[in-house]
Amino acid sequence: MIHEASNQAIFLFLAFVGFTLGLSFWLGRKATSSEGYFAAHGQIPWFVNGIAFAGDYLSAASFLGICGMIAVSGYDGFLYSIGFLAGWIVALFVVAEPMKRLGKFTFADALDAKFNSKGIKLAAGISTLVVSVFYLIPQMVGAGVLVEPLLGLPHWAGVVMVGTVVIMIVVTAGMVSTTWVQFLKGSLLVFFSGILTWMILARGFSTEPAGPNQRIFKTVGPLAVDATSSDAVNNAALESVGGTLVPADAGWVDQPYVRIDHGNGDTSVWRIDPTADGDGITLRECQWVTERVGKVDMINGKPKGTGEGEAVLDPVGRVSKLPGGKTETGPLGLAEFFSTLQNSEVILWRKTEFREADDAKTSVYYPKPTPGSAVLRPGENPKFAGIRKPDIAGKLNFLSLMLALFCGTASLPHILIRYYTVKDESAARKSTIVGIASIGIFYVLTLYLGLGAMTSGAMDVTNSNMAAPLLAKSMSTWLFGAISAIAFTTVLGTVSGLILASAGAVTHDLCSSYLGWEMTDTEKVRLAKISSVVVGCIAILLGIQFKGMNVGYLVGWAFSVAASANLPALVMILFWQKTTKEGVIAAIIVGMVSSLGWILLSADTFKDVYGLSGHPGFVPFSQPGIVTIPLGFLTLVLVSMMTRKPEAAIAG
Amino acid sequence: MESKNARLGLQLFFVYLLLYGGFVMINAFAPEMMERTPVAGINLAILYGFGLIVAALLLALLYGMICKGEDETATSSNNASISDNASSTKEDA
Repeated sequence: MIHEASNQAIFLFLAFVGFTLGLSFWLGRKATSSEGYFAAHGQIPWFVNGIAFAGDYLSAASFLGICGMIAVSGYDGFLYSIGFLAGWIVALFVVAEPMKRLGKFTFADALDAKFNSKGIKLAAGISTLVVSVFYLIPQMVGAGVLVEPLLGLPHWAGVVMVGTVVIMIVVTAGMVSTTWVQFLKGSLLVFFSGILTWMILARGFSTEPAGPNQRIFKTVGPLAVDATSSDAVNNAALESVGGTLVPADAGWVDQPYVRIDHGNGDTSVWRIDPTADGDGITLRECQWVTERVGKVDMINGKPKGTGEGEAVLDPVGRVSKLPGGKTETGPLGLAEFFSTLQNSEVILWRKTEFREADDAKTSVYYPKPTPGSAVLRPGENPKFAGIRKPDIAGKLNFLSLMLALFCGTASLPHILIRYYTVKDESAARKSTIVGIASIGIFYVLTLYLGLGAMTSGAMDVTNSNMAAPLLAKSMSTWLFGAISAIAFTTVLGTVSGLILASAGAVTHDLCSSYLGWEMTDTEKVRLAKISSVVVGCIAILLGIQFKGMNVGYLVGWAFSVAASANLPALVMILFWQKTTKEGVIAAIIVGMVSSLGWILLSADTFKDVYGLSGHPGFVPFSQPGIVTIPLGFLTLVLVSMMTRKPEAAIAG
Repeated sequence: MESKNARLGLQLFFVYLLLYGGFVMINAFAPEMMERTPVAGINLAILYGFGLIVAALLLALLYGMICKGEDETATSSNNASISDNASSTKEDA
C-alpha cells in the first residue's frame, strides 16, 4: 500500500513526541550520579512505577504485533496476550521480593549477590546484552511500521528516527526520566485503546464497504466446472470474466490462479477455489505484487504509484455475512461483539509466494472467506496450525511458545531493573499489582482492537504490524495521529529502557566488575552513555534487516532466549541452597547459546530472515523454550552437584 | 526466602500454574473443545482467556492484601532485614 501523510496526524504526532522528549530532558538534567542514572535513587512512587511497568512492558510488540496478528488470523494473536500477562504471575509471586532483597542495579548484581564472582557478572552481563538486543529488534521494526502510514516515509527512515531519538533520550536522561515517560505512555496507551474499543463497539459490524473508496473484490460463481481440469477451469473463467488468458509460466504453473488480460495493460488474477461439495469452483479476485531487485515494485501488473497507469494495493478486511442475513448490526455490547462475530463470515487474506521466469518474486494475496467460529478459535494462524494436526511437533511448538512467554517476563533485564526504582519490597509488590492490572486491561482490549481491525476495511495485506494504526485511521485522522504518537513513544520508551539495561550491563558487569576498571561516578555514567550509542546503532541495523516479520512473533523469540538464559539461574539462586557459581555460569551460557542456536536454525528463520522459503530448518520446530529452559535447569543442577565443595555440602 | 510472603507467593503461583497449564493443554491436545460456546454464544477460548487475565489480577490483589497484613504485624523484623541488606549493598558499591 502507499500511505499518504496527513497534516493533522503529523501535527498531533510531533506535538506529543516533542512534549515527551521535553519532559524527558527536563527530568533528566538532575540525574548525574550513577545511582540516579540507573535506579532513579530508588525514589519513584510505587503507583507511578506500576504504570511504568505497563509502559515498559506494553511494547510495540503488544500494541502493533498482537493487534496485527489478531487482525490477520484471529484468536491466535491473543494467545500472546495471555502468555505475556501470565508471565507477570511468575515475576510477582516467585521473583519480585527476593530480587529486590538481593540486587542493586542489574540482573547480574542479583545473581551475584551471593557469590561475588567475576564469571557470573560476565555471563549475566552478556546474556543481558543478547536478550536486550533481541528484544530491541521488534521494537525497531515497529518504529518503521509506524512512520510508514503516518509520515509516508520508508521503513528504514522510521528505524533510524527512533534510534536517534532514543539515543538522545538515554544519553541526556536516565532512569528518572525514563520512568516518568513510561508512566505517561502506559496510561495513555491503555486510555486510548479503551477509546478505540468503545468506537469499534459503537460502529458494530457491517457488510457494506467501509467508505466510498473501498474496493469490493469480485467473486464469480460457483461455476459448475470440473475443478481438476485446468482447461475447463480456464475456459469457464474467461467466459464469465471476459478478456484473454495469460498462459501460466515459471512459478505460476500449477498454482490455483488464472491470469486474465483485459487489454490496455489491465490484468486480473483470480483464485480458483473448489466449492465445498467438490462439483464446481468459485473464482475470487486477488491482488499481487512482483518485486524485482533494483526496480519499482509491480502492483497488479502495473508500476507502484498513484498516477495514471500505476496501481497500489487496496485496503482489505471486512465482514462478508452477518447472522440472519443482516447488512449492519449497529452498536454492540462487549459480549455481543463476540457472539455476533461467532456466527458471521469474515474475509481474511492469505498469501502465496513464487518466482517469475526472471527470478522476480511474486506474492499473490487472495481472499479467504472464513467462518467467525474459526476466527475465534486457536489454530488459524499458519504458525499455530500445528495444534490442529495429529503431528506432535506442531503441538510441542505451541507448548514451547506458551512456556517461554510464561517464563520470559521474569527474565527480561529491562523489567527486572524496574524493581530497583522503588524503595522497598512492599512498594515493589504494589507496583507489580498496579502493573498487572493495567497490562491485563490492555490485553483484554487487544482482542477487540485486533478483531475490529480485521473487519475495518483498512488493513494492509503486506504488513500485519500496521493493523492498529490503520484501524485508528479508519475511525478518525486525529485518533490516528494520537495512536501513532503513543505507539511511537511506546517504542521510544521500551527501546530506551532496553538500551539502559544494556548500558548497565556493559558498565557494571563487564567493565567495572569483570575487567576491574576503576571508575568514578561520572566516568561510569559516561561509559554507560557511550555503550548506549553503540547498542542503539546495532539495534537500528537489525531493525532494518527484520522488516517483514510480525513484531509479536519476534518478541516471542526474545522471551525464549531470556527465559532459557536467565530464569534457571535466577530461580535456583533464590530457591536452591546448593547452587554453585559454576552452575550459574554454565546455566546462563548453555541456555543462551542453545536457545539462540535453535532459533537461528529453525524453519521460520530460514523463511523469514534468510529468505529461503521452504527450507525445513535443522530443528524439529521453531520455538526453543520447551527444550532449552529445562536444559538450563538441568545444566545448573548437574554442574552445581559436580562443583560443590565438601564442606558446603555438610553445612547445607 | 523462607518468609510467609515467599511461601504464599509460591502457593498462589501453583494455583495459577494449574489454570494456565489447563488452558495450554486444552489448546494443544483438544483444540476443538475451545470452539464450544457454553455462555452467551461466546466460545470457551475467549472465556478461558479472559478468565486467565482476570484470575491473574485477582490472585495479585489477594497476594497484596495478605502480605500487607503481614507487614503490619511483623514490621519490626522486616524493617531490620531490609536495613541489613541495604547497608550490605552499600558496602559492595
